[in-house]
Order: sequence, then structure tokens, then C-alpha cells
Amino acid sequence: MAASVLIAPSRNHRPLRGTPSCPAAGQESVYRAVNSKRPVNLDLSTIQFPLPALTSIVHRITGVILFIGLIFGFWALDASLSSPEGFASVKDALATNFLAKLIAWGLLSALAFHFVAGIKHLLMDIDIGVTLEGGVKKAQITVVVSALLIILAGVWVW
Amino acid sequence: MVTNITNLGRSGLSDWLLQRASAIVLALYSLFLVGYLLFSPGLDYAAWSGLFAQTWMRIFSLLAFVSLAAHAWVGLWTVTTDYIKPTGIRVAAQSIIILAIFVFLVWGIQVLWGA
Repeated sequence: MAASVLIAPSRNHRPLRGTPSCPAAGQESVYRAVNSKRPVNLDLSTIQFPLPALTSIVHRITGVILFIGLIFGFWALDASLSSPEGFASVKDALATNFLAKLIAWGLLSALAFHFVAGIKHLLMDIDIGVTLEGGVKKAQITVVVSALLIILAGVWVW
Repeated sequence: MVTNITNLGRSGLSDWLLQRASAIVLALYSLFLVGYLLFSPGLDYAAWSGLFAQTWMRIFSLLAFVSLAAHAWVGLWTVTTDYIKPTGIRVAAQSIIILAIFVFLVWGIQVLWGA
């Protein structure tokens, strides 16, 4: 991912100038590469992540969110199975408490995206759509399908 | 070959396979739970606890919790090794994650068989 970002086409091609102040032993080749006349783009504001990179990052973020959300998931499972009163309190919280609804919707949304992006991974593992065009198309499908599921999850919770 | 002493399967290929196998279990378990809740609108305690009293549901749930432990470790190991470069902070974060995974696993087993 990082490599593809670094060689992404730049809008302001300009060679990097400047002299190394203190080239340490073994770093000459690095300085040679840095001082070569090939176009480099170090202006991060001109670099945009391609869509597959963004879905990959969101897959990671939703994974972390789901792990933290396990606290709520296990709490709800524990309480709902502990006694009829516990079950009623979980059901009541999900029916009336705005914060509980928000957490439920947030976790269902993270699950939806992580699920869809995970299916995309499994498809790539069996050699479906492992081209540049296929990657972009599958990332677009991931965004559309998970957005749809997130809306449906919201309808379900509210 | 890069070997790392903190990843789950001791090899990238093994982690890759574990991540896929556990993903399939978790996908099926999520689909089942969401589907069950979706198609039982007037769910009460008797039906809900009756479901989790079934042996097959306990096997399915424990399989999902064990898969979750493996899946979370491979995933969070990857994320922490990618983004947390200072060794001390990374090892601390990974220790907390391992402990949390262990707590979730024991908690899950207790929910299934406890009380």
C-alpha cells in the first residue's frame, strides 16, 4: 500500500534538492536514490488514497471497533441469559435507551462492513477479481453493499 | 523467511489460514444470530435461554468464541505490529490485547455453562 502511494502520479513534479549534511557509512546508496533526478512527490496533501486502500483501512478500523465492542456484546449475552429479569433489562435497554440503540447500531454497522470486506478478501483468495480494475470495482461494491446494510441495521434498531 | 515470536501460528501462511478459517466460522455465527433475532420478533427469555441450552448451540458458540480469540489475535497482532513501532509500547499493547482475549474467552465459556 505504502509503495503504491509513493509512486502515485504527482501533480507537481519537482526533483528533490538539498545536500546531505552528514552521510553515515552505508547510507550512500540511500542518498544517491534521494538525490536522483527522478520526480518525487513529498507533498502529502496532493496524494489521495485509492478506494481499495481506504476500504482496507476501514476494514482494520472496524476490526478494532468490534473487538472493543465485544464488551457490550458479551455483557448483553451474559445478562440476557442470566435470568428473566436480565433478559428484560437488555430488551428494555435496546427498546428505549438511545445510547444502547446507538451502540447496537454502531456495532452492527462495523460488523456489516467488516463482514462484506472480509468476503471480498475471501473472493480474492480464490483468485476472483485480482486485477487493478477488479480491486477498484470490488471496493466500490463493498462500500455500496455495506452502506445498504448499515441503513437496514439502523431501521432494525430504531 | 521472517519469523516472529509473537504471531499466533509462527508463520505468516499459518496465520493466513487461521484468519480465513476463523473468519468463515464467525461469518456463519454472525449470520445465524442476526437471522435468529431478525426472525423472532417477540423473543422471550424461555426461547432465548432454550436456544443456548441446546448442545449444538453450545458447540457452535464455543467454536465461534475460540475462532474469535484466534481471529482477534491475528488481526490485532497485524495492526499493532504495523503501527506501533516502539517495542515497549507494542509489547504492552499486545499484552493487554492477549489478556482481554483471554477474559472474553473465559467470560464466554461462563455464559454458556455458568450459573
